[in-house]
Amino acid sequence: MAAGATYEPIATTTASGSVSFVTFSSISASYTDLILVTNCGCVSGAAALAVQMGTGSLDTATNYSTTWLSGNGTNAASGRVTSNSYLYIDARVVLPLSVTANAIIQFQNYKNTTTYKTILSRYNDAAGETVAGVGLWRSTGAINTIKIYNDNSNNFVSGSTFTLYGIAAA
Amino acid sequence: MANTYTLIEAKTLTTSTASITFSSIPATFTDLLLRISARNTSTGGDCVITFNGSSSSYTNKILTGNGAAASSTAGSITGLDSELVPSSYTASTFSNSDVYIPNYLSTSNYKAVSTDTVSENNAATAYADFLAGLWAATPAAITSITCTPNANNFAQYSTFYLYGIKNS
Repeated sequence: MAAGATYEPIATTTASGSVSFVTFSSISASYTDLILVTNCGCVSGAAALAVQMGTGSLDTATNYSTTWLSGNGTNAASGRVTSNSYLYIDARVVLPLSVTANAIIQFQNYKNTTTYKTILSRYNDAAGETVAGVGLWRSTGAINTIKIYNDNSNNFVSGSTFTLYGIAAA
Repeated sequence: MANTYTLIEAKTLTTSTASITFSSIPATFTDLLLRISARNTSTGGDCVITFNGSSSSYTNKILTGNGAAASSTAGSITGLDSELVPSSYTASTFSNSDVYIPNYLSTSNYKAVSTDTVSENNAATAYADFLAGLWAATPAAITSITCTPNANNFAQYSTFYLYGIKNS
């Protein structure tokens, strides 16, 4: 990929003190794809990294499914969750207690209004697991809001970073 | 809005080479992305990636698929591993790796790295690797990155592109 003007930061947040979630709202429709990058940890590890999205408001209904391939250093595994109320990003493992996990989450063709949305994700915690996942949001609505959080209502640790980038095809 | 996906430096090998280093990485970005297309000059040896000249405090979890089975390994290692196509593989095939390093300037957090690697071959066993890496040395900004085969050399025509990504 040649260096170009199509990989642009839309918004970024660094947790100052622990925060329970980060929401990107009013996402511009100027791009083709979105990439969300986080470098994070959680104040209590008993939580999985989760994502919801929506059009205007977050969809909290059971319209999400995720299939993943994961490795914990001993075993390789694959799992899936269907008709869930959010996407799993980390195969339901526990998050680290410091800012030592990262995830790269790609939302393809996010603004189209004719197809359901497919999400590719990579999650990495060298003390936990590495995960490759694919997600589906069963909605034809354009994505203009995204929430990242954990599914046990625990907070992200201070210093966790979250950045949303826009990728334009032209 | 500013262009935030910028090529810092490109290296294309004109002869077999023992290692390459990106030195004096600018402190003007948020994340780094290293894209590697490489091949080993002999029958074995992966690419080992190290930061700031350090060969300690690295750990990883690797998920590997070889077309027949999936497996996972872990280790405390001297650098982060990236697959390299050996010379026994089909001629002109090179491995392909993306190495993503968020918050490389942080002086308070260890560096958590994401690596995706493939070594397709259209013949003998090939591999796809997903790696979670951590460099848990005393937190310091990454100012240099070195790639070294753990055996033999990088082959001619191997390429290494380092990009900077900025969040503002």
